[in-house]
Amino acid sequence: MEKTKVIVGLGSCGIAAGASKTYSQIASILAQGEMQFELARTSCIGMCYKEPLVEIQDAKGKIIYGDMTAEAVEAVLRAHILEGKIDTEKAVHAEKLATKEDGFFKGQVKIALRNCGYMDPESIEEALEHDAYKAIQHLINTKTESTDVIQTILDSGLRGRGGGGFPTGLKWKFAYQNESNQKYIICNADEGDPGAFMDRSLLEGDPHAVLEGMMIGGYTIGASQGVIYCRAEYPLAIKRLNIAIDQAKEKGLLGENLFGSDFSFDIYVKEGAGAFVCGEETALIASIEGQRGMPRKRPPFPAVSGLWGKPTNINNVETWANVPWIINHGAKAYAAYGTEKSKGTKVFALTGKIKHGGLVEVPMGVTINDIIFKLGGGIQDDKKFKAVQLGGPSGGCIPAELGNTIVDYDSVNATGAIMGSGGMVVMDESTCMIDLAKFFLNFTQEESCGKCTFCRVGTKRMLEMLERITEGKGEEGDLEKLEALAYQIKNNSLCGLGQTAPNPVLTTLKYFRHEYEAHIYDKKCPAKVCKPLLTYSIDPDKCTGCTVCAKKCPVNAIAGSRKTLHTIDQKICIQCGECFTVCKFEAVLVD
Amino acid sequence: MRITRIANEQAGLTNETVDLSVMEPLLEQYKSKSGSLIPLLQGTQALFGFIPAEAFQKLSDATKIATADIYGVATFYAQFRLSPVGKTIIKVCHGTACHVQNANAITDAIKDYLKVKDGETTEDGEFTLESVACLGCCSLAPVMMIGDNTHGKLNGKSAVRIIKDLKNQLCSSEADGQLK
Ligand SMILES: Cc1cc2nc3c(=O)[nH]c(=O)nc-3n(C[C@H](O)[C@H](O)[C@H](O)COP(=O)(O)O)c2cc1C
Ligand code: FES
Repeated sequence: MEKTKVIVGLGSCGIAAGASKTYSQIASILAQGEMQFELARTSCIGMCYKEPLVEIQDAKGKIIYGDMTAEAVEAVLRAHILEGKIDTEKAVHAEKLATKEDGFFKGQVKIALRNCGYMDPESIEEALEHDAYKAIQHLINTKTESTDVIQTILDSGLRGRGGGGFPTGLKWKFAYQNESNQKYIICNADEGDPGAFMDRSLLEGDPHAVLEGMMIGGYTIGASQGVIYCRAEYPLAIKRLNIAIDQAKEKGLLGENLFGSDFSFDIYVKEGAGAFVCGEETALIASIEGQRGMPRKRPPFPAVSGLWGKPTNINNVETWANVPWIINHGAKAYAAYGTEKSKGTKVFALTGKIKHGGLVEVPMGVTINDIIFKLGGGIQDDKKFKAVQLGGPSGGCIPAELGNTIVDYDSVNATGAIMGSGGMVVMDESTCMIDLAKFFLNFTQEESCGKCTFCRVGTKRMLEMLERITEGKGEEGDLEKLEALAYQIKNNSLCGLGQTAPNPVLTTLKYFRHEYEAHIYDKKCPAKVCKPLLTYSIDPDKCTGCTVCAKKCPVNAIAGSRKTLHTIDQKICIQCGECFTVCKFEAVLVD
Repeated sequence: MRITRIANEQAGLTNETVDLSVMEPLLEQYKSKSGSLIPLLQGTQALFGFIPAEAFQKLSDATKIATADIYGVATFYAQFRLSPVGKTIIKVCHGTACHVQNANAITDAIKDYLKVKDGETTEDGEFTLESVACLGCCSLAPVMMIGDNTHGKLNGKSAVRIIKDLKNQLCSSEADGQLK
């Protein structure tokens, strides 16, 4: 009989949910000797909402259990290994068995994430069993011409996954055509969109796929040096990348004269230092060169003059991870997925008020509703779906009414949002859209490098207007001013940061104008988020006179003694909401 | 605007004099490589917990980069600190996913408990409270990171409890140390 294998998912998210403790717990169970199995690790399979995850492989096939905290794991292991019983309550995914969570996987097509959660990311042997470095080896052994590789990538229809959606093959062609004694390949792993973590998971789960993609890029355009620019907030990704690079070098898969050819390629990891704008390609290059990460004018594009003034090809993590698959399976297989102008699959990070938060990879062309309700299981606490934010601070809100929009570059752009890197933040009725727009603008305003006046000062003025509106000081004419300024910023900024910074405001103005109007004219926040616009009062039917709220009130606005009805003096109340939070009887009303 | 950072951070003046000689191995490793100003600053910060004012001159002498340029880079990136920080740094995520799940409540609760403002250090020099944008664990939002440990699915109360536990641990381990 095949040996039983127990695998713990150790991605950053799993570890945050307690997977390291689970791992130690299983290790000590193993040491007791009662159960025999092999203990291994893998990375994130995308089911973040069920972390920590533990997979057991044996004659019954593969079964993944969810919510495997250190306390819960022993019982499941005992039942499974010693008694041969499967805890169907805890099983979330199984090869030969239906589970309650199958909806999460149905409809997913894993290309970029093909190995994430299916192998040990720190073992090159396992990666090799999963076809790592097969594509580059094939290209070198068959002496494939660069132009043929470029044609394959063009035919596959692959477009940049970093947000812009530029055809990858075309980008490679430009970098290939520029003659130079030295060229560079860069992997953009800056993942600045707060609320997105696809690139982190990919780097943590399958670093070799990214390395191989970069090698193929280098082989094609004639570069011998690759740089991965990874944000410092991702320590585990950086660690696993460095392990993967060392292992590949040791095996002779990275370095000089690869596979007996004259092609040499080296890769190193450069840690970012915390600046959103460094995700922009020219700023990223400046940052690698050790300068302030300020974008510069294009042209010249990096394909002509990039890192150290040499032709440079820069792609996103997910773009690179798709490349080896395309070479191995052919352009046609890739282009079989997706829509006419957006081919293949896209990874989305589902977060916010969604039941099944995590990572999903779907073919382009599925609808937003399908992603949210079929894969994502719907909205938390069965509240009402209000909107979804795509593309982070550069993107926009798509309202629930447009839930049938399909995800591809053009359809999403048509709504005023952008595809972006794949962050999908789901919001329910308790999210105030003005507060959200303010949140994003605050972010871009702080992250603006300060080079362009409109981006530097304009975003600040817009933010001040939004702040006034959420404080109940909005005036007639504010919305028109906001809009006018938004377009001025869009039209007068050098880089994508400024050009897209007003998008969250513009889309919320387009789809949720009534909410802005409620703030300005009625001085009300319909989602009950903007504190200065709320009035707190006490429900006479529910108040038990427990005095807790009166004691907690920081400004003594609540009067009432034990067992008598309490009242709030609106003139003193500062709308801090403390009484609402502490009341156990739901007697504090908010309007 | 990133430039506002300059005003927010007082230059790293401490009462104690810092021993800059610990920087030698770092300078040896990087000084002749082009484009290594950021790793040098990161290394310096790793040594001291922040970048002391005196270190700028030393970096400039070693790399021949003007102190103004080094200061320009150091103030551009959010990672670099020009004033000392507490022993333990509490990073509360204010990324989109965490914001939507009410990360403000966590920062507020911690502020209340530690009696500091965002970005400040407690009087005993033990904790520094910071806001960051996205720790990459968005599905566990709201999230905070203390040292290398990430804690997810928090609310104000549970966040404060984690810090309380940590404080108790620190106290008891200090007491242990004194006994020995
Ligand atoms: C403000 C700004 C931030 C960006 N951040 C990122 C990022 O975090 N990751 C990324 O891959 N691309 C980012 N981009 C896009 C890059 O400039 C570039 O288009 C991309 O890395 C190209 O790779 P691709 O063609 O594979 O998408 C950003 C662009 C702008 C304007
Ligand atoms: S938004 Fe908080 S971890 Fe991503």
